[in-house]
Amino acid sequence: MRKTLVVVGHGMVGHRLVELAVERGLTAEWDVVVHAAESVPAYDRVGLSSWFRGTTSAELSLVPEGFFDAPELDLRLGDPVVAVDVDARTVTSAAGTVTPYDALVLATGSTAFVPPVPGATGPGRLVYRTLDDLEQIAAAAAGKRAGAVVGGGLLGLEAADALRSLGLETTVVEFAPRLMPVQVDEAGGQALRRLVEGLGVRVRTSASTQAVEETGDRLRMVFAEGEPLEVDLVVFSAGIRPDDALARAAGLMTAERGGVLVDEACRASAPDVYAVGECASAAGRCWGLVAPGYDQAAVVVDRLLGGASSFEGADLSTKLKLMGIDVASFGDAHAETAGALELVWADPVAGDYRKLVVSDDTRTLLGGILVGDASAYPLLRPMCGTEIAGNPADLVLPAREGQPAGIGAAALPASAQVCSCRDVSKAEICSAVAQGGCRDVAGVKACTGAGTVCGSCVGLVQDLVRSELDAMGVSLSTALCEHFDLSRAEMFEVVRVKGIRTWSELLAEHGRGRGCDICKPTAASVFASVFNDHVLGGDKGSLQDTNDHMLANLQKDGTYSVVPRIPGGEVTPEHLIVIGEVARDFGLYTKITGGQRIDLFGARVEQLPLVWQRLVDAGMESGHAYGKSLRTVKSCVGSTWCRYGVQDSTTLAIELELRYRGLRSPHKVKMGVSGCARECAEARSKDVGIIATENGWNLYVGGNGGFRPRHADLFLSDVDTETLVRITDRILMLYVFTADRLQRTAPWIEGMEGGLEHLRAVVVDDTLGLCAELDAAMARHVETYRDEWAETLADPEKLARFTSFVNAPEVPDPSIAFVPERGQIRPARPDEKPLVAGPVLPIRELRSVRA
Amino acid sequence: MTYRSICPYARLPLDRGVAALVDGEQVAVFRTDGDELYAVSNLDPFSGAMVMSRGIVGSRGDRPTVASPVYKQVFDLATGVCLDDPTVRLRVHDVRVHDGIVEVAFQTEALSA
Repeated sequence: MRKTLVVVGHGMVGHRLVELAVERGLTAEWDVVVHAAESVPAYDRVGLSSWFRGTTSAELSLVPEGFFDAPELDLRLGDPVVAVDVDARTVTSAAGTVTPYDALVLATGSTAFVPPVPGATGPGRLVYRTLDDLEQIAAAAAGKRAGAVVGGGLLGLEAADALRSLGLETTVVEFAPRLMPVQVDEAGGQALRRLVEGLGVRVRTSASTQAVEETGDRLRMVFAEGEPLEVDLVVFSAGIRPDDALARAAGLMTAERGGVLVDEACRASAPDVYAVGECASAAGRCWGLVAPGYDQAAVVVDRLLGGASSFEGADLSTKLKLMGIDVASFGDAHAETAGALELVWADPVAGDYRKLVVSDDTRTLLGGILVGDASAYPLLRPMCGTEIAGNPADLVLPAREGQPAGIGAAALPASAQVCSCRDVSKAEICSAVAQGGCRDVAGVKACTGAGTVCGSCVGLVQDLVRSELDAMGVSLSTALCEHFDLSRAEMFEVVRVKGIRTWSELLAEHGRGRGCDICKPTAASVFASVFNDHVLGGDKGSLQDTNDHMLANLQKDGTYSVVPRIPGGEVTPEHLIVIGEVARDFGLYTKITGGQRIDLFGARVEQLPLVWQRLVDAGMESGHAYGKSLRTVKSCVGSTWCRYGVQDSTTLAIELELRYRGLRSPHKVKMGVSGCARECAEARSKDVGIIATENGWNLYVGGNGGFRPRHADLFLSDVDTETLVRITDRILMLYVFTADRLQRTAPWIEGMEGGLEHLRAVVVDDTLGLCAELDAAMARHVETYRDEWAETLADPEKLARFTSFVNAPEVPDPSIAFVPERGQIRPARPDEKPLVAGPVLPIRELRSVRA
Repeated sequence: MTYRSICPYARLPLDRGVAALVDGEQVAVFRTDGDELYAVSNLDPFSGAMVMSRGIVGSRGDRPTVASPVYKQVFDLATGVCLDDPTVRLRVHDVRVHDGIVEVAFQTEALSA
């Protein structure tokens, strides 16, 4: 006789319980009936704010398509349980169905807390908790100017981010003297406040909201002290209250501060009734985080299977990315342990705050707070409660130049928990590598589950895999992918020496299988570097990533952006007018790039040749913004115009840009030329930077902006233009010959044995006898350069790819939609688009199945 | 199951995809490894953009694949399952060549929502 488990609530924890019931085999004997109050299946409530940045409800769903098709599972959406009879052992739903249960799990979650101030409810006053709430917020914000969020905690900042992304002037109102008062201390709160304000969000702390008054069609918030605040809407995000009404009505015991009272087995005060997640008061409190809820779900499933596991509290450590700002708090973050000492490092300018709490003998790590840069969190959290090897200051100080960061994965004790979501220890990960045969992160993820939930530990897992493989004496393969044992540099050599010109030949002689999105673009890049044939010629079109395939840059909505080359950033009024006319005629969004040119966004595939015909007719050419190749040579006006310039930086920049344009390389290459030491072209943040001196030029190499900023190192001083160009030729060509796939010049040089000195020996002193070859290769490139857009326009075969639909080339992609913003277009957000026809949204399919 | 004509077989480039509009729905059709044909939904479930037809085709093990051009997740062309995240799947359609014309038919999963 099969038994019935009724789950009340289909939030993250309720769904986790169902997943576990399936995974652990409970469904072999039990049917599971899930009643959900919301009309959509469980979704990632933690990631709710991403909905405002375009993540669809379908993408937020936690339920894989077809999950509830299993006959032993029954999800009843939009049909909340309204009564529980613990004597008759039945539940009654809003639709009137009565379901008997053998076991009942309450997972009703929580509701947003709205402070009881006058005017807290009414039009324009909202909460931030469910997908429905988000839709209401988006609707209420349409056409409005300003919004306030009451509550500066975790959810409050998420809500503020949402209002900000809706284009509202946003103010966060917090009762406590700082933001996130539970997680961070005073100084951490200050750092956080600076970062939040830096994003244009206003912050009012120590502000007690007294009333919300209606003034015409706006709202006025009145505080105990200070000026009132006029806004169009107010979002309350000042905490949650356990949703225990159903349990109370059923006569179950609840905790003093709310929540269904449960024991260590998550059992409520009636037989076979359990409560999990935010509606439960377990181990003395309600747990407002998802991880403890998952733990409770696991306890219930284990108990139903006859196990004896128990819930005795949880780690409240959190790492969050709020508005792109990292905030982490773990262990004894507020130094409440007797005798605890605090180690603090703060950079108020950068908004970086790090605090570690250690025991009175400074030997044991107890907890900490990180604001701004929380990259050390995955490593520090598992070290909590363990002895620190070495100086604890090394744990908190940022890595200093020339030195690796003070701590590594090797410092972790074996028992340290690396993945807190799936509870995976360092020992388990190491054994997955040593005994389980895993050779990479993907393997360890599949084998242990580590890094599969929030992903914050993936970097640490990678370090552990590497150090474990090192310890085993296994050298990490340099093979490109499963299809080639060659590294990129080896593939380059093979192609160059053997003169292999086609993919089919390369694959047949040196690879296996059909290739993939790693080796194909690499091979295409190598062919282009070696032979400088058209990137879409022969069978090479099939190898290119969509950017090189469409000779344009793919954007998030499936449209492309177009960048004509503007060498050195110098542009004639005639060209500017043509660019403007093209943008106007095709309705493209226009923005100046950081590389001193103009990017035109929103072109559909079938528009690209039309756009380019106009640009080419006007004498412009591809800017290769889509390629792993030279982007721009940024320059200042130099000695020609500037009072301080000492050399003609613009002329040199144009000369260099025209020389290296179209050179396909392992990654993009950026260059800059400054006309004096004031460095207005920011040349030292480029792969190749040139700064004028009284006597000539200084050459810098290996600079990088972006994710890992690095100043370029001085390579040559006071050289003339001819020497400068010759050496730059060789550096770039050596980079093309030997760098790894997607390796910028900075890591390429750092990874060289001998570093900068070695590079200098090779390209200046010619210690390897390579220079003649490098010079010849660059000469060939310069000689054979042709504009690939002009050639594409002249070739009907190459043009065939610029088609929206093969069976309806006259129909533009109907999924692409724009809305006006500041006088131009921008992609419509999901909530602004008419529903696009298509059966692919799992949520809608489930609805239809259960209707 | 009804097959809809898409285009002459010769219009399919080798080892690339094309997009087709079938009953208002976007389908990505691929010709790989000589003469194998696959048809899947053109919707990239990770980005929400209609771009799967512009992905790079290849193989992982024995499975024919296409990689999303946006965030590069790899999908099994035969089953639609995302090999990097098996909880995500592309809808798979039937595709054949009939009298030199490529034809697509929707498998009988619930189309109406």
